[in-house]
Amino acid sequence: MSKVSSWGRLSDADHEVVAISSAASAAGVLAATAPGVARGMERSYGDVALNSGGTLWDTRSMNRFLAFDAETGILSCEPGVLLRDIQATFSRQGWMLAVTPGSEIVTVAGAIANDVHGKNHATRGTFADHVTSITLVRTDGEVIVCGPGTGPGEESSRREWFEATCGGLGLTGLIVEASLRLKRVPGPWLLAEDVAYQSLPEFFELSDSSEAEFEHVVSWIDITTDGGRRGILSRANSVPSPHREPPASATGLGAARGGITFPLVPPVSLVNRLTLPALNRAYYRLKRAGVGSSVVHYKPFFYPLDAIQEWNRAYGPRGFYQYQCVLPRDVGMAAVEEILALVARSGQGSFLGVLKTLGDREPIGMLSFARPGVNLTIDFPNLGASTLALLSSLDTVVAAAGGRLYLAKDARMPVSLFEAGYPRLDEFVTYRDPGISSEMSRRLLGS
Amino acid sequence: MPTSATRPSSAPSPAGWPTDLVIVGATSAIAENCTQLWLEGGASRALLIGRDGAKLARIQTDLGVRFPSAVITISETDLVNTASITAAVAGFAGAGTPGAAAGSGLTVLIAHGSMTDQAESQADLEKAAQVLQVTGVSPSLWMEACADTMTAGTIAVLGSVAGDRGRKTNYIYGASKGLIEKMAEGLQHRLAGSPLRVVLVKPGPTATPMTAHLDASSLASVSSVAAEIVKGVNAGTPVVYAPLKWKLIMAVVRAIPRPIFHKLNF
Repeated sequence: MSKVSSWGRLSDADHEVVAISSAASAAGVLAATAPGVARGMERSYGDVALNSGGTLWDTRSMNRFLAFDAETGILSCEPGVLLRDIQATFSRQGWMLAVTPGSEIVTVAGAIANDVHGKNHATRGTFADHVTSITLVRTDGEVIVCGPGTGPGEESSRREWFEATCGGLGLTGLIVEASLRLKRVPGPWLLAEDVAYQSLPEFFELSDSSEAEFEHVVSWIDITTDGGRRGILSRANSVPSPHREPPASATGLGAARGGITFPLVPPVSLVNRLTLPALNRAYYRLKRAGVGSSVVHYKPFFYPLDAIQEWNRAYGPRGFYQYQCVLPRDVGMAAVEEILALVARSGQGSFLGVLKTLGDREPIGMLSFARPGVNLTIDFPNLGASTLALLSSLDTVVAAAGGRLYLAKDARMPVSLFEAGYPRLDEFVTYRDPGISSEMSRRLLGS
Repeated sequence: MPTSATRPSSAPSPAGWPTDLVIVGATSAIAENCTQLWLEGGASRALLIGRDGAKLARIQTDLGVRFPSAVITISETDLVNTASITAAVAGFAGAGTPGAAAGSGLTVLIAHGSMTDQAESQADLEKAAQVLQVTGVSPSLWMEACADTMTAGTIAVLGSVAGDRGRKTNYIYGASKGLIEKMAEGLQHRLAGSPLRVVLVKPGPTATPMTAHLDASSLASVSSVAAEIVKGVNAGTPVVYAPLKWKLIMAVVRAIPRPIFHKLNF
């Protein structure tokens, strides 16, 4: 048994970690050790990839590329390949992931199982929109190959399994292989621009107009100001090489060594009622001072937090919750306003508030998060009952607005909000593998 | 066309970087990470030697995707048998081979070993013999064969901090690594002043499939350990601790007086 925590560090329970080292050996290991659930880098914030006292199937050593077609851009790989490896390897060859979340230290299978999205949702959809094939092994030994089957080079069989598995929280079987369609890029560089905004209407206007011209759009919002809302919107497009070397930390030995590591777990969260307004003010001023455009490497633009390894320690020994919701656009502004008011009144929260709009397409996965609307994300250091009470009050707003919470981030949502937010749930449960069970599946699905 | 600031692999390697690699025990996690870093840094050919042909083939495919212009070959070899060691080394470093032509651009990394539980080795002499054979004797014989065949380049071997002082919790594995250390020391003495260098690498506890059952927070990441190894081997540093902090830790461990040491449990 060894202790395993997810990214939120809310628990530290013993798990039986069982390494899966190849697709060929997977069925035997699953049969011998089920029930369990797959784990990768444990970058999900809550209990998607936890199974206290039980088995975790560790796929991190299945981290090899299997094939790459330089004509179509389709990459086949093992489930434990890190997005970081894909970005580094293929940006050299003129390709990158079409969709990437805010950390590249996640596995391909984790990105599929949580159907992650990025700063270009409006034009590129979610991670699953670029997955062309998945191979699953079920705990009874059955092997299922499935794909979307709509475009060239896509696996066309068993689309229903594909829809269940993308965003399916690892509950439909163990992913042992996946194929992804990469996107042509001129190189690892982006022309990025920061623009300050002073109100929510201004944010929406700026965001909509930015999406017409920029592939990547995201904004940081100051959650501490009362009344007037301010933030910084960042937008970017890929650009050809500016004829300079990538930062030393991005390639070769520099990248392998890793960046700086947050050195310890402080006795209390460094983000607290005393520091919170100052942190937000300082961040706003810093970013506002740098408003303008510049050519940047993809790493600081896509993955600013990856630069500090184990930054989640800053929230102290009790860990933190991340609250991420998507709200339908027509009621989105009012609901965001209401949530921000509740958060400001509570004095809780952090300086990592993210506000962005999501594009028009419905996601492909039955339990995928990224539906059309507006997305708000806020971290909350865990203060116990008062934090849970605050999050419950936010749930009320989300439920009334007809929104949903992101399962990849969740550790506590009520079943009623889950069921209301995910209308394809009944369809999903028929594809579950009875030999797979996680802390989250027991909490929200009853088994 | 993709534009990239990275040096194309057809250009000559920077000083100190190998052009040709031979990795013995190429399926170990540390070896695989080192191979990637050397190829990324400009090595253009790699021969991967190991026991598990299927796993070698997966790694060959992976490296082919990562480095399309590099030439990757694999060889399934009995790593313990002396005749197969002699034949393998003659095949990559003997007269007329690409390895011999590469001269000082050839780096051989000897990386295999087997970490069996100390208690199991104590309870079963057969297991103890296997650990000593696979982790100590075999890598030593590979070093010897390389030193007798190569005329230039670098022979790097993975020892371990476990070889620095015998401890009750892992002295059979540690003794194997200690054997490697004395072989490396002797070869460094013998080859001093020649164009053939010997580098002894001592990784600390590293997060690999071999240590999956240990608490991950006390282990160094395999990529950071590999980066330290590649840097040290390229520079020809005689003894490389990876991460470097283990040089200090082991100096302290070695210096603890015996009466105190015998009261410690580690």
